[in-house]
Amino acid sequence: MRFLRLAFVIVLGSIVLSACSELGVKPWERDVLARPEMQLIHDPVEAGLDDHIYFSKEASSGGRGFGGGGCGCN
Amino acid sequence: MQLINRKKSGVRKIKKIAPALAAASCSLLSVASSDVLARGEAGTWDFEVASLFYSEADDRVMAAEPVFSASKTFEDGEVLNLKAVFDTLTGASPNGATPSAAPQTFTKPSGNGTYAIAAGDAPIDDTFQDTRVALSASWLAPINRDWEYNAAFYGSKEYDYLSIGTSGGLKRYLNSKNTALNFGLSFSFDNIEPEGDIAKPLVEMAHLGTSDSFDSTRDGSSDSKTIIDALFGVTQVINRNTIMQFNYSLSLSDGYLTDPFKILSVIDETAGANFGGNLLDGNGNNIYLHEARPDSRMKHSLYWQTKYALSNGDVIDGSYRFMLDDWGINSHTFDFRYRWQLGSSYLEPHLRYYMQSEADFYKRYITETEYLAGNLQEATADYRLGDLDGMTVGLKYGHKLDNDTEFNMRVEYYLQTSAGDEGFGLLKDQDLYPDTRALIFQIGYSF
Repeated sequence: MRFLRLAFVIVLGSIVLSACSELGVKPWERDVLARPEMQLIHDPVEAGLDDHIYFSKEASSGGRGFGGGGCGCN
Repeated sequence: MQLINRKKSGVRKIKKIAPALAAASCSLLSVASSDVLARGEAGTWDFEVASLFYSEADDRVMAAEPVFSASKTFEDGEVLNLKAVFDTLTGASPNGATPSAAPQTFTKPSGNGTYAIAAGDAPIDDTFQDTRVALSASWLAPINRDWEYNAAFYGSKEYDYLSIGTSGGLKRYLNSKNTALNFGLSFSFDNIEPEGDIAKPLVEMAHLGTSDSFDSTRDGSSDSKTIIDALFGVTQVINRNTIMQFNYSLSLSDGYLTDPFKILSVIDETAGANFGGNLLDGNGNNIYLHEARPDSRMKHSLYWQTKYALSNGDVIDGSYRFMLDDWGINSHTFDFRYRWQLGSSYLEPHLRYYMQSEADFYKRYITETEYLAGNLQEATADYRLGDLDGMTVGLKYGHKLDNDTEFNMRVEYYLQTSAGDEGFGLLKDQDLYPDTRALIFQIGYSF
């Protein structure tokens, strides 16, 4: 059973990764993605402040990064 | 010649931004998320100074939060980030009790005095005041062509609260760096030492000036919790204009997860003039119980984000998060930003919508029957664990003074609405779920 589960994960992982290999760009096509505003978090300070606000006002945290603790506000 | 120069500069940028992608998915704790964003030339420091002002309506919480962040990129691609956050909080916070047709008097959690709430007003504890200092350091470095690692440390101190944490992560590039797998682990330890000690779970709040003993409602001077987070993520370049990220994270909290400042009202169910009013004790005082939460929590989160650059230079940024935990809460978070490029300036409208279901042990109030049965194990009236929706609407303006210098500011409006059991009898005339409205203003300068 464990072997079947492992095989399933490997097959699924291979399919996902081979699908990913069809995506993407050549190294010389990265000009747009290299722009600072195209980084997934382009303003880390703002993201940190937002995380702090919503951590203290809502029951969810993290997802983008770690949810963690760090504050007696919740 | 110009084309060659542009290509060279593009390659250099990629080299610098690669560490930022790793940091983005393996950041330390909520307050220190993804501190590392390498912008400058290798060997130089980049600084960012920002200040956040947060103000809730109805004299509730006000916060001022200055942040100082410094990053250095080294020759071999290592990135060091140091960050300090200072936080000053004042104002009032809901204590969990229901509003009442009669005035109410509450004992301060410290045991040093009382505060009064007028009839019909939302019970809020106006002794809410704190100052917090948080320091963090993170380090990110390539191991070889395909692997990177990161490590971070964090510590914060408030008057009655201490938090320390560490995290580490690995990143593996695949498919000519079009795919990146991220794995991170974080551990943090929090200790709370409230003035007036820890309240015993679900015992009656002591009324000062009566025969009640405040000390008998206390249970030790401090308590703690540990939080372990694991994160697995995939970042995928889709095409020249699109990048996507998908994360799964697991969070395990263990220890004291109760809020020692929150209470619940016990409501009279006996037919008569006080039906739906506060149940009274032998001295004629309202009965309130200190809240109690489970001592462990397991959260699962799925997070998806996509960024798409339009041909005119504008950028669309959308994300969705689904969270599920063993307290019975699930939540959906939608976030959308549109960066409208205007030469060297930009405008960025922001929309965020959040909805969560209530925890299994959330109760707006405790009924007389439940109180007398005495078999409640957990209960909270903290609206943040209730059924709520949150909406944020904001606008950010940024202006680049030169390649490395930017000034920006944003204004956002946050509205939180709650819903749930509307009560019975006298309680039906009270607003049990007042809205929370907040104004957020931030100003920042990076150089």
